[in-house]
Amino acid sequence: MSSATTAGESIIEVNGITKTFGGVVANKNISLNVRKGGITGLIGPNGSGKTTLFNSIVGYHPIDGGSIKFSGEEISKFRVQEIARLGLMRTFQQTRIYGKMNCVENMLISVPHRKLGFWDMFASRDKETLERADRMLEFVGLYEKRWLLAGDLSFGQQKLLEFAMALMNEPTVLMLDEPTAGINPTLINGLIDRLKRANEEFGITLFVIEHNMRVIMNLAEHIYCLAHGEMLAEGKPEEIQNDQRVIDAYLGAH
Amino acid sequence: MWDNLQIMFSIPVLTLGMIIDGLLIGGIFALIAYGLALVWGVMNVKNLAQGDFVILGAYVTWWLYGYGINPIFGIPVAFAALWGLGWIIYKLVICRVIEHDLFTSLLATFGIAIVMQQTMKIVFGADEQTIALNLESFGFFDNLLTIQPTRLIAFISAIVLAVAVISFMKRSRMGQAIRATAQNPRAARVMGIDTEKVYSFTFSLNAAICGAAGGLISMIWEFQPFIGLIYSIRAFVIVTAAGLGNLAAVIAAGLGMGVVEQTGAFVFGTEYQQAIVVGLLVVVLLVKLVLSSRRRQVVE
Amino acid sequence: MNSIMNSPVAKFALYATILALGILLPMWFPNYTGQMTVMWMMVVFALTWDILGGQMGYNSLGNIFFFGAGMYATGMVQVGMFYDLAEYNSAAGGGIFNFTFSQYFTGMAAGFVVAAIVCVILAVILGRLVFGLRGPYFAIGTLAIATVVGELVSTWELVGGGQGMSMPNYPGDLGEAKFVFYSMMFVLAICTFAFLRWLYGSRFGLAINAIRDDEEKAEGMGIHTLRYKTVAWSIAAFFLGIAGAIYGNFNNFFEPIDVAFPTTTFGIFMVLMVLLGGKGTLWGPVIGAILFHVIKEVTWTYLLNLQWVALGLLIVVTVVYFQEGIMGWIMRKKPTWFGIRVEGEKQRLGDMR
Repeated sequence: MSSATTAGESIIEVNGITKTFGGVVANKNISLNVRKGGITGLIGPNGSGKTTLFNSIVGYHPIDGGSIKFSGEEISKFRVQEIARLGLMRTFQQTRIYGKMNCVENMLISVPHRKLGFWDMFASRDKETLERADRMLEFVGLYEKRWLLAGDLSFGQQKLLEFAMALMNEPTVLMLDEPTAGINPTLINGLIDRLKRANEEFGITLFVIEHNMRVIMNLAEHIYCLAHGEMLAEGKPEEIQNDQRVIDAYLGAH
Repeated sequence: MWDNLQIMFSIPVLTLGMIIDGLLIGGIFALIAYGLALVWGVMNVKNLAQGDFVILGAYVTWWLYGYGINPIFGIPVAFAALWGLGWIIYKLVICRVIEHDLFTSLLATFGIAIVMQQTMKIVFGADEQTIALNLESFGFFDNLLTIQPTRLIAFISAIVLAVAVISFMKRSRMGQAIRATAQNPRAARVMGIDTEKVYSFTFSLNAAICGAAGGLISMIWEFQPFIGLIYSIRAFVIVTAAGLGNLAAVIAAGLGMGVVEQTGAFVFGTEYQQAIVVGLLVVVLLVKLVLSSRRRQVVE
Repeated sequence: MNSIMNSPVAKFALYATILALGILLPMWFPNYTGQMTVMWMMVVFALTWDILGGQMGYNSLGNIFFFGAGMYATGMVQVGMFYDLAEYNSAAGGGIFNFTFSQYFTGMAAGFVVAAIVCVILAVILGRLVFGLRGPYFAIGTLAIATVVGELVSTWELVGGGQGMSMPNYPGDLGEAKFVFYSMMFVLAICTFAFLRWLYGSRFGLAINAIRDDEEKAEGMGIHTLRYKTVAWSIAAFFLGIAGAIYGNFNNFFEPIDVAFPTTTFGIFMVLMVLLGGKGTLWGPVIGAILFHVIKEVTWTYLLNLQWVALGLLIVVTVVYFQEGIMGWIMRKKPTWFGIRVEGEKQRLGDMR
């Protein structure tokens, strides 16, 4: 399937990638574009290959075919760290933070490493970074908890911390794997608001996997829908919402 | 060294003899490695005291032989004695390290290894011992190729034991429980399997296998209290090369290890045997490293 | 609330006391200078092991390799600068070959520098290999390297093979020599501690802690993990190499298996001392090393044949029942002493551990 280019310049261009695990085809000939400065959504039923696609893009495993371009550069052979240092960051579905360090330390070590040289390894803690860490923690609402060990936070708080760490890294693109899963429903609106602000104020392009339809319809300007490892549909939220194929896929009438 | 290599190529019968020797000994190595793969796979314990279980088994058999008891009867006693010891060690130490990180079990069993070595030294002395059965060896090709009957007996016994253990794992209820626990301990627990019992049984079984293997080794090689570590390393080499779940690969790697070690000892000299074993470990780890360092990979 | 460990007066008093004791003890008990030299070496062992083992979560069993490498490097330089190495070693060193005062000390200075540099280079090269190994494979791989090098050096005739090598004799009074080596080891221990104290306070400390907590996440965040790991290992190698160089001279003799690459004595002591004191802390290794060494020296002779059994039991008991170590235990009981906050407590800014 060829993908219709949305208005504006694409920052991630995925072209016909395929990934199989043993005989199981997880992604089959998938193409998509993520618009620079926008919020792009990725939906699909469980097991449709969303996380596999994410992992392929950020370099967690080799792909069997196709091309992935980031800012025009072919990255399908790059490894995780190299891609991260280009400014393409992801968060995990199963939240990952540094559990035995406190929140501030978690933030301080999440500075953008692509900008650091050899001797920066030994840099002492400067006031500026510390203040930025505090601001980011304030932004996600963890300021009060900042001296607690990250491992002692609740799951939802860890998720917010991971989001703050990603922002601290000043990525060009942030890929979020189910940011609202496991978060208290009363806090979801606040989170959507913060994601939008991150996009607008910090200019970070977002690419979001989401199960919660209400959230993704609210958030994304363009949505891709996967089913059984193949691209099922794409379009504006309204188009996706009314697409019969998407509805069938979600209701299991396939 | 080059001379020895030349001899190997000019007298193929000699080489054949070495290979046969290596295969016979490799059978015992495979047995020990199978035990290690068992505890590693089932309870994620990397047992560095593996070789010391083997040597203790050898001492038990040797000690009984001193009272005129034939190793044929001594080996089952070693099996039983090590079973008991394995159970005690499990209850005292191992059951408390299973839940911890990988390094803990390595270090705890290293401590156990030191305690066992030193105790064996105090009880049995530091001298090299062996059971000399003095059976006449079979000669072929004008005695250029000799096969020592003790090695043959040891090899056959190893096979018998291995077949017994494997069919036990396949057929019996306990064997099934062990395999289920290896795959997913939590699920096994939910399904009503007493994993604690499975763990203690597995560890005891491993110790017993080692004990029997030690009994076989006492008939073919000299041993002393501190030689155990090298048997542990052999087992690690085999398991690392073969992987945990693959029985055929463990056997193949064990036999291969025996052959490489025998020929290596001939080429470089027997004084290098230990260095060869450790060197093999380095080589196996390097190969593993190279294989896993393709450009992109999932980090374990 | 103020944390006791953070009070500047208490800190100053603590450091002053340790410095004073380090200087006064060998004067008060000159007969024990040798044991105290080894004690400071143990502190260096524990501190350097903890860089990887405690702070970075990479448990090496082969760090002792750098100790031996430093020893051999300095030995070869100190002798080779003035005599033919092969000739020296085939005559088993000692009496025939004399070193003047200036030869001895210039040789030693050059030897220490070379030892440190060689060890760092080796660490960088080996780091490329071993840091691809994870978990138990890393521990076993490093152990294998240290063991196999010990075996190989045993066959290297140029450096005396399995017979080992005698070091140049100290050109002067032997009592004086004891104090010289004591001072060197003491200064090395202090330097190691001070350096690591600074290091753990910098970004480096945070980065290796991050690797310990979740290496995959650290990679995903763009941290140059291999760079940090290699440098961490090089730092350990640097101090261990110098420790080995000093010890070789202090001991006046070394051979490959029991002195230079002793994986089953010093090599395992490092791990044990850190576990005993509390891994991943700055003071834990120091406390563990001093405690272990003192206990060992005091009880060793009374344990008769059971010393090694007792040692093995100590390892097992520590690993199984007391993994958190002394510092870990105190931190769990009194987290506020260390500036670790727990839920519900009044927060305070700017007070970093």
